[in-house]
Amino acid sequence: MNFDPRYSGRNFTSVGTRPIRPDGVDKVTGRARYGADFNMAGQLVGRVLRSPHAHATIRKIDTSKAEKLAGVKAVITAADLPDLTDGDAAMYDILDNCMARKKALYDGHAVAAVAAVDARTAKQALKLIEVDYEVLPHVTDVDEAMKHSAPLINDAIFTEGLEEKPVKPSNVTKRTQYGHGDIHEGFGQADFVVERSFKTEQTHQGYIEPHACVANVSSDGTADLWVCTQGHFVYRQHCAQLLGMEASKLRVTSSEIGGGFGGKTHVWAEPVALALSRKAGRPVKLVMTRDEVFRASGPTSATSIDVRIGARKDGTITAAEATLRYSCGPYAGMWAEIGAMTAFACYKLENVKTVGYEVLVNRPKTAAYRAPSAPMAAFAVESAVDELAKEIGMDPVEFRIRNAAQEGTRSSYGPVYGPIGIGPTLEAAKNHPHMKAPLGKNQGRGMACGFWFNFGGQTCTDLNIGMDGSVSLAVGTVDVGGSRASLSLVAAEELGIPYEQIKTVVADTSSLGYNDMTDGSRGTFSSSMATISAARNAIKILRERAAQMWDIPVDDVVWEEGHAIAKGATHGNLSPLSLKEIAAASGKTGGPIAGHSELVADGAGVSFATHICDIEVDPETGSTRVLRYTVVQDAGKAVHPTYVEGQYQGGAAQGIGWALNEEYIYGKDGRLQNPGFLDYRIPVCSDLPMIDTQILEIPNPNHPYGVRGVGETSIVPPLAAIANAVSNAAGVRMTHIPMSPPRILAAIEAERGG
Amino acid sequence: MAGVAVSTTINGDNVEFLCQPDETLLDVLRDRLGLTGAKEGCGTGDCGACSIILDDRLVCSCLVLGAEAEGRHLETIEGMAHGDRLHPLQQKFLEHAALQCGVCTPGFLMAAKDLLAKNPDPTEEEIRFGLAGNLCRCTGYDKIVRAVQDAASVMKQA
Repeated sequence: MNFDPRYSGRNFTSVGTRPIRPDGVDKVTGRARYGADFNMAGQLVGRVLRSPHAHATIRKIDTSKAEKLAGVKAVITAADLPDLTDGDAAMYDILDNCMARKKALYDGHAVAAVAAVDARTAKQALKLIEVDYEVLPHVTDVDEAMKHSAPLINDAIFTEGLEEKPVKPSNVTKRTQYGHGDIHEGFGQADFVVERSFKTEQTHQGYIEPHACVANVSSDGTADLWVCTQGHFVYRQHCAQLLGMEASKLRVTSSEIGGGFGGKTHVWAEPVALALSRKAGRPVKLVMTRDEVFRASGPTSATSIDVRIGARKDGTITAAEATLRYSCGPYAGMWAEIGAMTAFACYKLENVKTVGYEVLVNRPKTAAYRAPSAPMAAFAVESAVDELAKEIGMDPVEFRIRNAAQEGTRSSYGPVYGPIGIGPTLEAAKNHPHMKAPLGKNQGRGMACGFWFNFGGQTCTDLNIGMDGSVSLAVGTVDVGGSRASLSLVAAEELGIPYEQIKTVVADTSSLGYNDMTDGSRGTFSSSMATISAARNAIKILRERAAQMWDIPVDDVVWEEGHAIAKGATHGNLSPLSLKEIAAASGKTGGPIAGHSELVADGAGVSFATHICDIEVDPETGSTRVLRYTVVQDAGKAVHPTYVEGQYQGGAAQGIGWALNEEYIYGKDGRLQNPGFLDYRIPVCSDLPMIDTQILEIPNPNHPYGVRGVGETSIVPPLAAIANAVSNAAGVRMTHIPMSPPRILAAIEAERGG
Repeated sequence: MAGVAVSTTINGDNVEFLCQPDETLLDVLRDRLGLTGAKEGCGTGDCGACSIILDDRLVCSCLVLGAEAEGRHLETIEGMAHGDRLHPLQQKFLEHAALQCGVCTPGFLMAAKDLLAKNPDPTEEEIRFGLAGNLCRCTGYDKIVRAVQDAASVMKQA
C-alpha cells in the first residue's frame, strides 16, 4: 500500500505526553526477565576458556581430561565451529572472534568452551583444558601499531585505499578520505591557524547486564535462542550462518535488555552456546562474567587524531583538516572512517579534508558505542575550534554560530543538509542562563557541539485489533530505553484512541518479518514510521467495515478521533462507529482487523547538540568536579519527552565518565589490568550534578511526525565540552582523554615548569 | 559435596534451602529460589545490582554466602510492593522515568528504601552519596535522584 512518509504539521493528542511505560511495573517489581533470568528444563551451564596472551599461535588444544570429568556434557573448540563463511571476510572475522581458530589475538580471546551440569563443574573443566600457545610479540597502542617495526597481527592485510597497492602487509587495514574544496588554498587565506594532536583512550559501553543467553538446539535441526541483544533478527542471521542452519529454523527471542549502547549489536558467545547445545543435546545457558565483558566484548576505539583549522580575522573558517587513527582490535573495521565523516559535520566549510586510518591492535574487537567514533573526533575538532576562537579573540559560541552548517550546506562528508538544528542549538545555548552564571576560583566553563547521522533501515510491524477493540502492536526493534511507550503513543495518535488501549510488545524472530537492529538511534524513528503505516492500513480496513455495517460507499467514511464517521448529506442520521464497535462486529464483516507494514525507513534526520558544562579543578591534586551540565539537542519531535530527556542525560553522563575517568589500561604483557567496575570507574551518583536538558523540535521532513533519532548525539559533545572547561579552569590545553587527576596534574605542572 | 541446610525468612515467609558452602546468597536467590529480581552485574560488590536488605542492612548479595542467611531476615525486590499496591518509591520511579533499561532498578529501589528508612528527609547530596554504591549506565542519575526526593516527601506525608 502506498505510504507517504513526509512530514505534515498536525496538532498532537497523544504524542508529546508523558505516560508511564507499559513495561514499567515489571521492572520496578523485579519481574522483568533479562538475559540471565530465563531457564529451561535440563539446562547446562556453559563457560568459555579465554587466552591469557595478547598474541599467540595456538599449536594444540587437548580437551581429553576435561571431557572425562564427571558432569561435563560437551567441550568445544574452533573445530566444532567449522568455517562455513564461504569467503565472506566479515563473517569469518565474527567466527574467529567467537572462537579463536589459529591464533589468539587478544587477552580474553575465546579458545574453547564447556557445558556441564553446574557452574562448579564447568569451571573445573576449564582448568583441565590444555592449550599449547606459542606466544608472539604484541602491540596494543594505536600509534605503535602503525609503525613499520610493529608486530604484524594479520599478514594477509594490505592497506586498502592507497593510490598504489602496497607490497608489504600492514596493521593498517584501510585509508579513507572525505572532504571538498582545496585546503592548501584555504589555509593560504587564514590569518590564524591552530594545529594540535590529541589522544583518547579505549572505553567500554559499560552496560550493567553482562551478555547472557540460553541456547537450545533440537535433534530435529531447529533451535531456540533467548538472548539479550539489540537486534535479534541480526543475531539469528549471524548465528544461523555460522552454524549452518536455515534462518527460519532458529527462533530468537530478545529478553529485556540491561543496556547495550552498541555493545549488544555483535554476536559474541551466542554461536558458542548454540554449538555447545548442539553437541550436548541439551539447553545451555551462557552468561559472561564482568571480567569477560571487559576483556572480550565491547569496547570502543582508542584514537590518535591531528587537527588543523585556519580562520580569517573576522572569524570565518577558511580550511579544516584532520587525520584520524582509530584502533579496531584485531579485525578490520570502519571506525576511523566514521570519525572522518563526522569530524567537521557541524560546520559550513569551503575547504575541508579528513583522512582516516583503521588500525589493528591486540585488543578486543572494537564494537559500536553510542554514536560510534564521533565523540573522539568531536573532542579533537571542538578543542581546536575553542582554541582558534580564543586566538582570534571571539566568544566560542559566536565563533561557532558564524561557522555553523545550515540548510543547504554541503556537509563535510558529502550530502547537502535539509533543515538542521546546529544553529538553533547554538542560539539556545547562547541564551541559556547557564552561560551567564558566575564562576568561582579554579572553575572553568566549556561548551561544544556534536553531530550524529541517525539511521533508518528495514522495519516491520504488526498492529492487531482485538474483538474488544484493544490493540496489540508487535514491533521488531528491541526496546532499549522506553520505545514501547513511544510506539504506543504513536499508535494511539494515529488511531485516535487512548494510550491505555494499546499494548506494544517486541516480537520474536518467528512472529514478525525481518527488522534491522536497534542501532543508529533508529528504534523509535523507524518503528514509529512503520507503526504509522500499519495504523493507516488498519484504518483503511476499519473504514471499509464501517461502510459495510452502514451499507454505504467506503469513500463516504472518514476516520476521526477513533471513530468512523459517515460524511455527506444523505448519511446525516448515522451515528459515528467507534473502533470498539467495529471490532466487536468484525466476525460478521470479514474477520480479524489488522494493519501490517514492511518498509525501509529512509530519511533519518541528522541530529545536532550543543552542551555546556562547568568544571572545578583542584590544582594541587588534578581532581575534577562537574558543577553544572546543560544539554541542548534537536529531537525533531519528542514523542515521549521524559524519555528523550533521559537519553540526553544518559549520553552526557557516559561522556562525562569517558572524559574524566574511564580507560582500558594494558600492561606491558598486553593484558588488561582493570577488567572490573572497581578499577574501570564509571560515574556514580555522587560524581554528577543534575543534568539540565532543553529539547528543540526542528521537524525531520522525512517522517510523518517530524521525528529524529535522539539516542546517540548526546554522547558526542561531552568529551570536548569538558576538555574545554578543564582547559579554561586549569589554564592549560588538555589533549589526552580521559583527563584523570594524574594527567591534569602533569599538564598543570608542565605549564608551570614551562 | 554435601549441602548446607539453611532456614531463613525472605519477605516475611519462612524459607528453607540447601546450598553449597561456597555458594553466594545471590546465586541461591536466583538459581535455587527463583527470585531473579536481584541481578548480577559484576559479582564483586561494585555495581549494587544485587542489593538486598539483610536484617535492616543493605548488602550486595553477591558478597554474602547463602549459608550466612541462616536465621536472618531478608528483604528483596519481590517483597517491596504490597500485593498490587506499589511502594511509593516504585511508583515514583515509574512516574519520573527513573529507569531506562531497568536492570539496575531493583538494586536502586532496595538502596533507596534502606536510605529513607535511616534518613527520611535526605538532602540531594545525601541521596547522591547514599546511592553511590549502585551503578546506572542509562539515566545519568538525574531522574533517580528526583524520584527518591519525591518519594521521600510522599512517605513523610503518609
